[in-house]
Order: sequence, then C-alpha cells, then structure tokens
Amino acid sequence: MTTTPDSQVVLSVEDVTVDTRPKGKKPIVRNISFDVKEGETVCIVGESGSGKSVTSMAVMGLLPKDALQVTGGRIMLDGEDILKVTPARMRELRAASVAMVFQEPMTALNPVKTVGDQIDEVLRLHTKDSPAERKKKVLSMLDRVHLPDIERVYKSFPHELSGGQRQRIVIAMALILRPRLLLADEPTTALDVTTQKQILYLIKELQEQEKTAVVFVTHDFGVVSEIADRIVVMNRGDLVETGTRDEILTAPKKDYTRMLVSSVPSLIPRREPIAAQPKVLDVISLQKRYGKKGLLSDNTVLAAQDINFTVHKGEITGIIGESGSGKSTVARCVMRLTDPTEGSVVVNGRDIVPMNNLRDVRKQVQYIFQDPYRSLNPRRTIGQSLMEGLINYGMDEAEAKKRVGETLELVNMPASVMNRYPHQFSGGQRQRVAIARAVVMEPDLLIADEAVSALDVTVQAQVLKLLEDIRDNTGVSILFITHDLRVAAQICNTVVVMQKGKIVEHGAARDILANPQHAYTRALIDAAPAPDWDFQNFRPAAAAVAV
Amino acid sequence: MTTDSGNTMKAEETLALPDMEEAQNASGLGQLIRGILSTWPARISAVVLLLIILMAVFAPYLGTVDPVRLDPSQRLQGSTAAHWLGTDSFGRDLYSRVVYGARISLAVGAGTVIVALLAGVFFGVLTGYFRWADIVVMRFMDGLMAIPGILLAIALVAISGATLTTVLIAISIPEVPRVARMVRSVIMGVRNEPYVEAASVLGTSTIKMITRHMLPNTIAPLIVQGTYIFASAIMTESILSFLGAGVPPETPSWGNMMADGRLYFLVKPELILYPGVMVSLTVLSVNMLGDVLRDRLDPRMAKRI
Repeated sequence: MTTTPDSQVVLSVEDVTVDTRPKGKKPIVRNISFDVKEGETVCIVGESGSGKSVTSMAVMGLLPKDALQVTGGRIMLDGEDILKVTPARMRELRAASVAMVFQEPMTALNPVKTVGDQIDEVLRLHTKDSPAERKKKVLSMLDRVHLPDIERVYKSFPHELSGGQRQRIVIAMALILRPRLLLADEPTTALDVTTQKQILYLIKELQEQEKTAVVFVTHDFGVVSEIADRIVVMNRGDLVETGTRDEILTAPKKDYTRMLVSSVPSLIPRREPIAAQPKVLDVISLQKRYGKKGLLSDNTVLAAQDINFTVHKGEITGIIGESGSGKSTVARCVMRLTDPTEGSVVVNGRDIVPMNNLRDVRKQVQYIFQDPYRSLNPRRTIGQSLMEGLINYGMDEAEAKKRVGETLELVNMPASVMNRYPHQFSGGQRQRVAIARAVVMEPDLLIADEAVSALDVTVQAQVLKLLEDIRDNTGVSILFITHDLRVAAQICNTVVVMQKGKIVEHGAARDILANPQHAYTRALIDAAPAPDWDFQNFRPAAAAVAV
Repeated sequence: MTTDSGNTMKAEETLALPDMEEAQNASGLGQLIRGILSTWPARISAVVLLLIILMAVFAPYLGTVDPVRLDPSQRLQGSTAAHWLGTDSFGRDLYSRVVYGARISLAVGAGTVIVALLAGVFFGVLTGYFRWADIVVMRFMDGLMAIPGILLAIALVAISGATLTTVLIAISIPEVPRVARMVRSVIMGVRNEPYVEAASVLGTSTIKMITRHMLPNTIAPLIVQGTYIFASAIMTESILSFLGAGVPPETPSWGNMMADGRLYFLVKPELILYPGVMVSLTVLSVNMLGDVLRDRLDPRMAKRI
C-alpha cells in the first residue's frame, strides 16, 4: 500500500525452476518470476499441489536437500543471488534479511522453553546486545505484537498461550531483527476467523512501520482480497498470472484465474427460505453433557443445551459456529453417533432418542464426514463400500451394484470406478464417493459435517453444487455443519448460529447474514475475510446491492 | 458456477482418474516376500529355516534309525558309520534324535503361535470393542503378565501332567496377554476412525464391523508378533524340557537331549553341543526374519533401538 513506483525491489525471483532430486519427468515448479518491493505484500495463491510452498521454501533456502533442488534461474535478495551464497552467509541472511512464519505455530515453537527465551535466543545468536538490552527489546517486541501482560507472556510456555497468541509470538520472533523480507506460509489457516482477522491486521501494521516486503502464501482468496498489493497465481507448478489485486479480482485474464476467483464463496446469501413443507427433523430442547458427575465434584462439560430447530423437506439448514461451539455435537446427537443427555430428536414424526434399535432410522438419516481420506475404508473397493449399506438392508448384490452405478453417475463419477481403491482418488473425488455412499441409501435427511472444509475452493464449489443438485433431484433435506459463513451463505436456506453450546440466532440465511441481531453473529460476519467482495461476479459487494 | 463449467469439470476429472489396475492388490504378498528377501541376513535365515523344516518333515528318510531305541552296549560312542554323531548315555543314536527333535520344536513353535494368536485375537477384540469386558478381562491379563512365563508354564505342566498338548498350552498361555493387548490397542484406535463410524451409519452389524473394518488392521502386527512367539516358544520348550518339566523324557526333543547330556558333559560335550546349536540356529533365523518383517510392515519401528 505504501509503495511508490521508485520503491526499491527487495526480492526478485527470476525464472526459477525447482526439480526433484534425482530429476523427475517434469520439474515441480517451472519458470517462476516475480518481484517484491519494499513495503509491498505479494500473495502467492494456488490450490494444493500448485507449488506455492515449494517456491517460498526455495526463497528461504529451505528445500529438503536430498529431495528437491533449484535447477534454473536466480533468486535475488537485495542484489545478492541466494542460490550462490555459502551456507554460512545464508544463515546470516536468514536472520537479518529474510524471516519466515509458518502455518502451525505450535510446531514452530519449542514446547519445553519459555517463549521469552526463544525470542531472546534469536538476539543472542545474531547481536552483541547485553542480556538486559535483549530483555528490553524482547518485551518491546511483545508489546508491538499486541500481547497482553507481556511480563507474564515472557515467562509462559507455548502450551499456556492460545493459538492466536502463539502466532503472535512467532511473528515477534520473525520480525525482531527487522528483516527486509517476511515470508508467511498460510499463517492464519489454522486459526478461527476472528483470530485470523487480528493476525492479518498485525502483519499489515508491522509491515507499514518497518517497510518490510511480505510474501504471503495462501489458498484463501478472502485473505488475499484483504491484504494483497499484488497477486501471483500458480497452478500445478506454473505461474498463471500476476497482477495487482484489483486486476486479478475484477478482470482476470486467464481462464484458470477466472475459475479460481469465481469459486471463492462470498458472504452474500444466495438462497431464499423455502415454502412450507412437512418437517423432516425436529430437534426439541436437546442437551448433551460430557463426562460424569462425581459425588462432590462436577467435571462435566455442557457441550450443547437448549437446542431447538427444525428442518423441512428439501431444505438446507446450516449450523454455523467456531471450533468448540458444539455444532458437531448436535450433528452427532441427531445421528445418534452420540447419545443426547436430554431432549428429543424427531425424525419423520418419530422420536429416535429412546430407540434401542437404530436400523430403521439409519436408513432415513445419512452422514457425510469431514475428512474424505479417513471416511472410506482403505482396504475395501469403492464398490464394496457403497454397496455395504444396501446389502445390510437386505438388497441382493446385483441389484445393489446397479443402484451404486447409477448413484456414482449422479455424483459425476463413472460407474467403472467401483473396482478401485480409495487411495487412487483425489480428495474431491473421494468426497463425491462419500456423498454417493450416503445418497445411495435414499435418506430423507443428509447430515454434512464440515463436508467441504478440507477441499480446495474450486473442488469445494463443485461439491456444493453437487449437494444442491442432489437436493433438487431427490428432495432430500440437508443439515449442513460448517465454520465458514461464506460457504453457508452459498447453500443454506436457513441458518442456526451456535456459540459455546447454545443457539444465539436462528432464521432465514438471507435475514441473518444481511441483518444479524446478535453481537456474536455480527462479530463472525465482520471477521469473515472479504465481506465486501463478490467473487463470483468479479466486483465489490457494494456493486451487487446497487444492481 | 454455470452448468457449462460443471460439465467441463466432469470431463476433466474423469480424465484425471489414474489408470492403475487392480493388479496392485494382488501383488501385495509377492512384493512383501521379495522385499524381505532383499537383504543377505534375511536370505540366509530363510534358507536355514527352510532346511530345518525340510529336515523335520522328511526325518524318516534322512538315514535315521528309531530315535528312542535303547542300546546300552553302544552307549557314549563317538562318530561311527552306524552312528554318525555317536550315541548318548542310553546308546540312542544322537543324529536321529537331533533330526527328530526338529519335529517337536517346530510343532511346539507353530502350535503355540496358533493357540496364542487365536486366543489373543479373541480377547483383544472383546476388550477393544466392548468397554464392559475391558475392565474385567484386562485386569486378569495384567495379573497373568505379572507372573514370569516360565514359572507359569512349569506350574501348568505340574498341574496337568507332561504331554505334548499340555506343554503346548502351558507355553501358549503366557503369550496370550501380549497379543491381546496389541489387538486391543489396534481395535481401540480404529474404533473412532470415521470409516468405522460411517459403516455403523450404514447399519452394519457388529460382527461384520469387526471382521471387515477392524481385524484387517491387525494382520500386519500379528504376523510380526507371531514370529517372535514362534522363536520364544521353541526356547521355552527347550528350557522346560531341560528342567524336566517338558515333554516326556523319552521324547527326542532338543531340550530333553541337553538335560540328559548335562551329566556327561565332561565325557562327551557333543551331547549338549548338537541340540544346542540347533536351538540357537532355529531361534536366531526366526528372529532375524521377524526383524526384517517388522521393518517392512511397520517402518516407524525400524530405525529405533
């Protein structure tokens, strides 16, 4: 933001190619070039496998030596080619000129040393300051990353801090030597949205004070739209397009960029509430308490209480909340994967909580799990996994096979994949298979528990569309659990917002997202990345309202 | 997203499906065996073990005489044309006894593996899957593990009398808790895997759940555990026989031979040497194969120790 045309170029990546060692058929990253100026933020965006992390590791000189090597090009840092420097010089550069922030702050910190000690160590190794001076510098750095009660934090161990605080420590450690270039590899991906927002602001604030050049690696266009000055789009090791933020977001030149940007969900609700339909699911004052009450002590945790909501036929209802809000507990209670402590779950007019034999209910309610890598048995073929439920309910094998084949085509997979094993498929393909496994049972209610959270945005958009198609074709109701407001805005007719085990707000998606009543809902909406950007139509959200 | 782009994605994904055939699964076992035989120690062990097995199977055709026939007139002889390795203190042919001894040792080893694994899997599944069983059965297993294996085996043989079957069972029982614990931990780990929950959502019965979705995960560690049990059973049988608490004394087992030979050690050390070498060779080669198997099946354990 603070760059001018004559700002100095800090990092210049010129025609860099990274290959496996020994050489593979095709290099992992091919002919990448981009510049980063003083005070500028360049975002490298791409889906998993695009080579964005490999590129940033190459800049840091951190490629695993026995596996990857830079085979072509130059990486100029302030006029010095870091591919040619000695290891000793590289170590000096790493401390004083380039710093890095990783995705998972817990693993980037040493669990058996206090965080103060760890930041102090950076100064001890790279400066000649006295202990007293160092401590003063560390404390002032802790203050600059806006940590509360810095004397206490100085003496804390990493596990005593929250995820957001740990990431602040890592940032403090990276910036204490005032590097010229900061590399941040998905630094906010593991954090809740409200924390993510704060960390993004912090990086920006420090950058403006120090004129640091920032390379920000991310898969999330929401984050990009908030912080990027310029964007580098990568796909499968190739550089697709570079441009300023507005160029890429409003007028992408390449098809891939167009598809990537338009797949990003935006906060603008797209679905109207549906007209009156019979109730499929009615949850009445549901409560779940974990743990057992002792005679004197009470170690129980109330994971969900006073939960009331209904799902009508053909309706998609979202349950939204951050980690620990109890949304998954509710979903598991509805499925009876967990037994509720109190209350009723009425499916098609029958309360399933007192039931002992769940066979009949299992057929009416099906579940889609978050992680498509773990929800399919790796030792069984796709066909075996999909036919299992039908055969359990007494269908003969030939008939089941036919039905599975039809359902696979419904999720855009050829029926011939039945003889393959899960490891032969990508994450998105596996999630389609998992959806097919649920749909083939012809349930009345589908529960999708963070079913798209682990997927890349383009795949996510496809799976969301698939779920809607299935709803339109079969009239199934969907209970859609997610932490991501933007995803909920794409697909849900009604939403339930949960915080700390309670429902704070409940109503039509259109009303709640446009006009939230509860403070927590407002906070969530404010924190969601890029609330003011309508990605599908390549324009700011304000324009969408105006049209 | 328009329907148009949806269709192109479909085409793209279909193309992206890998062209792997199912051949991969069929070659699993062949690949494992080839992998194991890729190192020299493993190859030598496999050859030694194969020879011992062949020796046990074809014992009557290897120029042996009746291993229990007494001939006091020929006692404690050295190597002759009639008795290749000489005779023992009762005049029995030493070579024949060593060859026939392989039968007992291998039978005890294999039998123990089968009994211990079957019982261990049963109790492991019971305690891993059903929490109520866990509390009772595992405490009993803990108790069993606290008693030294040899002592327990001696006690069991003393109670039930020394026959091959009772010895076999007595050696198996101390091995059961370790197998049960291992199976239990695998089952407990898998029980919360989403694919197991997914199966329960599909109305899969408990028995199918265990046999299809859980037990296949225990096969690799069971194979490894099995080799160690095999080796330790052979050792334990020899020790029991040596202490006089093993198979009946006239039976040609390597342990019995060493026990008999002990008194004449100074006169004729070969009496202990030959059966001792055989026990060592067998146990060593089984253990070596077990180590290689473990490295192959559980690479995380390979670099430790």
